[in-house]
Amino acid sequence: MQIKYACQSIEHGMARRQFLGTAAAVTGGLVAGGLGVFSQRAVAGQLKSDQKRIVVFNMHGGLSQLESWDPKPGTDTGGPFLAIPTSVPGIHISELLPLTAQQMHHLCLARGVNTSEDDHGKGAYMMLTGRRQTPAANFPQLGAVAAKSLTPSDSSLPGHIVITPGGAGGRGNDSAYLGPMYSSVSLGNGNPPQNTARPDTIAEASDAARQDFRRKINERFLNRRRTAVTEAFAYSFEQAEQLMRQRDVFDVTKEPASDVERYGTHDFGRHCLLARRLLEQGITFVQLSHSNYDTHNENFNFHIEQMGEFDRSFSCFVADLAERGLLDSTLIVVLSEFGRTPNINLYYGRDHWSRAWSVCLAGCRIPRGAVYGSTNENGTEVTDGQVDHGSLFHTYLQAAGVDSTGSFDIEGREMPIADPSTGAVAQLLS
Amino acid sequence: MTVPEGFDVKQAHVVSEWTHDRPLNACRFDPSGRYAFCGSEDAMVGRFLLADGTRTLCSGGHLTWVRAIAYSKDGSQAISAGCDGKMTWWEAAAAEPKPLRTVDAHQGWVRTLDVSPDGTLLASGGNDNAVRVWNTADGSLLKEFSSHLRHVYNVAFDPTGQFLFSGDLTGALKQWDVAAAKEVRSFDATALHSYNGGQQVDFGGIRSIAISPNGRWLVAGGLHKASNPLGAVHEPLVLLFDLQNKTEEGLKPVRQLITEGIPGGVIWRLKWLADGSIMGLSGGSTGGLLLFWKPDAEKDYHRFALPSLARDMDLHPDGLQVATAHHDRHLRITRLAAKEA
Repeated sequence: MQIKYACQSIEHGMARRQFLGTAAAVTGGLVAGGLGVFSQRAVAGQLKSDQKRIVVFNMHGGLSQLESWDPKPGTDTGGPFLAIPTSVPGIHISELLPLTAQQMHHLCLARGVNTSEDDHGKGAYMMLTGRRQTPAANFPQLGAVAAKSLTPSDSSLPGHIVITPGGAGGRGNDSAYLGPMYSSVSLGNGNPPQNTARPDTIAEASDAARQDFRRKINERFLNRRRTAVTEAFAYSFEQAEQLMRQRDVFDVTKEPASDVERYGTHDFGRHCLLARRLLEQGITFVQLSHSNYDTHNENFNFHIEQMGEFDRSFSCFVADLAERGLLDSTLIVVLSEFGRTPNINLYYGRDHWSRAWSVCLAGCRIPRGAVYGSTNENGTEVTDGQVDHGSLFHTYLQAAGVDSTGSFDIEGREMPIADPSTGAVAQLLS
Repeated sequence: MTVPEGFDVKQAHVVSEWTHDRPLNACRFDPSGRYAFCGSEDAMVGRFLLADGTRTLCSGGHLTWVRAIAYSKDGSQAISAGCDGKMTWWEAAAAEPKPLRTVDAHQGWVRTLDVSPDGTLLASGGNDNAVRVWNTADGSLLKEFSSHLRHVYNVAFDPTGQFLFSGDLTGALKQWDVAAAKEVRSFDATALHSYNGGQQVDFGGIRSIAISPNGRWLVAGGLHKASNPLGAVHEPLVLLFDLQNKTEEGLKPVRQLITEGIPGGVIWRLKWLADGSIMGLSGGSTGGLLLFWKPDAEKDYHRFALPSLARDMDLHPDGLQVATAHHDRHLRITRLAAKEA
């Protein structure tokens, strides 16, 4: 992919050039030095800015709406759990979420989600990109779009972080035509990015000299052959150097022990606390996941266990963001690839169900303490306020201040930020 | 225990099936052998008259699903327990049974009930990790045992009533001295539990406990080989313990009672039969099966396929009739004997 510097493309203009320009101003023209010259000052200052952030809780496998946001107790599909009142009179959620119920005045439930896709991979793709998967095109995930649209040009930290339940980490392949600059940095099991600790065998001075030499060589090369690939290559080096300098940003052990206890000592509790830390440090987009909700078998036993973990950590997270004044600038989305069948199968399980399920939202322009949309008595169909992956994707972005009806300029080609055939859900925006 | 006349598990056959409104979770014969009570995927308790299948619905005792049923020793009162954490006493033989008493027994589900052999004590276990012992006569709490770390799946008194056994999700199997209110021993039934790292779930648990009439043997049932817990791929497993072995070795199973050719199964209930063999109910993707083992052999010596998946089972006081609670909304009665001419 060639970058046409003469074209004044939005992509180049909005991100890399501004970023490099700032770098040049700071360094007196050390263009290829880029990210390497930024300081913690810029990071600390971000919190005081109007920067909007997004955090996505991906309930991996397909969270049951009936055991969470849209309970139907006493019906043939309702299952064994009861509904409980919340901090908002008239709104009830599953008894499996007693702590989250106390935070309902911060939350908004979209109970009329219909995505008409019961396949795990396709459903996840739709919910994270806002579009159906087609052989003809690949679309960037919400994290990449948010990173490109919302990350301050002077940010020295990656704008797109995915905390995975396990694995070693690395970079994701989730930014499509936005390019590798916006692909996710993966924190395997909540650990800091891979290979970001300087080996003991390399002295700090030697490392600095090595980086300076690399920049000079790089600059010389770029003066003659600048392409998107070389840009991304150089950016990766600069970002890696910054990550090494700011490794503490990703170190959840720096958080108070009392908070670790409060969030829960399990992995998900630690991941939620890390998400709070990252957002407070100015990271634009954080996605974490909670597994595993694909409960074809013994749905109720598994939801007791999983919802118990989620409830404790998530309620702390919401309460903390609200208390710290971050909820006005942070969008929270709790999504899944689909919901689960109202029908209870032979094994006390629920299967895949995309025709009537729920998404939980909070923060930014999302109304507080609200419910939009509804399903019928036993939860098999949406009866009011139907939304889908496309309209929700627009809504997420507009809630965070991004004009989702606009386009990215990719090498002179306009690529709509979100599916142009639909739009945001006005009722979910205040 | 005398082997009843005509007893022959290899001649087992279904003699009755009665329809209920919702899929069934639980069933028990009353001590008189006149009724079978059942719990289902709603807040009702159903009572079936065995003579003709007449059904009576008992309402007002629960807010949601009923999972467990027990009786007073004389059978005059039935006790149901459910996912609302409540236990409710019923006048078992009333024309229209009404709740006599409702007790908040556990925080979360009550998963299991058992009445002591003398009928004075009622034990319960639930999702608050607690085992509690109640006065059957008035529902007052007498004892609480709280060393389980996860949900308590099953409780069972031994034939003397001196000891109570309890099992949980992780395969912790504990023996309690009821009068002294202390833990006596903890057995290793962890073969009935697994943690699946890929799916990040704990799975299994001690679904059933049964002690032989002579008090020598204990069997604990559940599942193993859970290669896909979320997808119902697991096999039934029963662990046999020798309660007379008081050494460290006695804390481990003497034998695993297994099956072949049941890739989707879990033991929901175990009962000792009059001939000294063990009957287990397996429900799962392979279907509903009554499985029969001898304590001295690893593999089942007979299996009887029920018409559909079942979730609970009980043995009639006559030792011949077996009630099974089915997902297809039927209560079925199987007779462990040849068909009558």
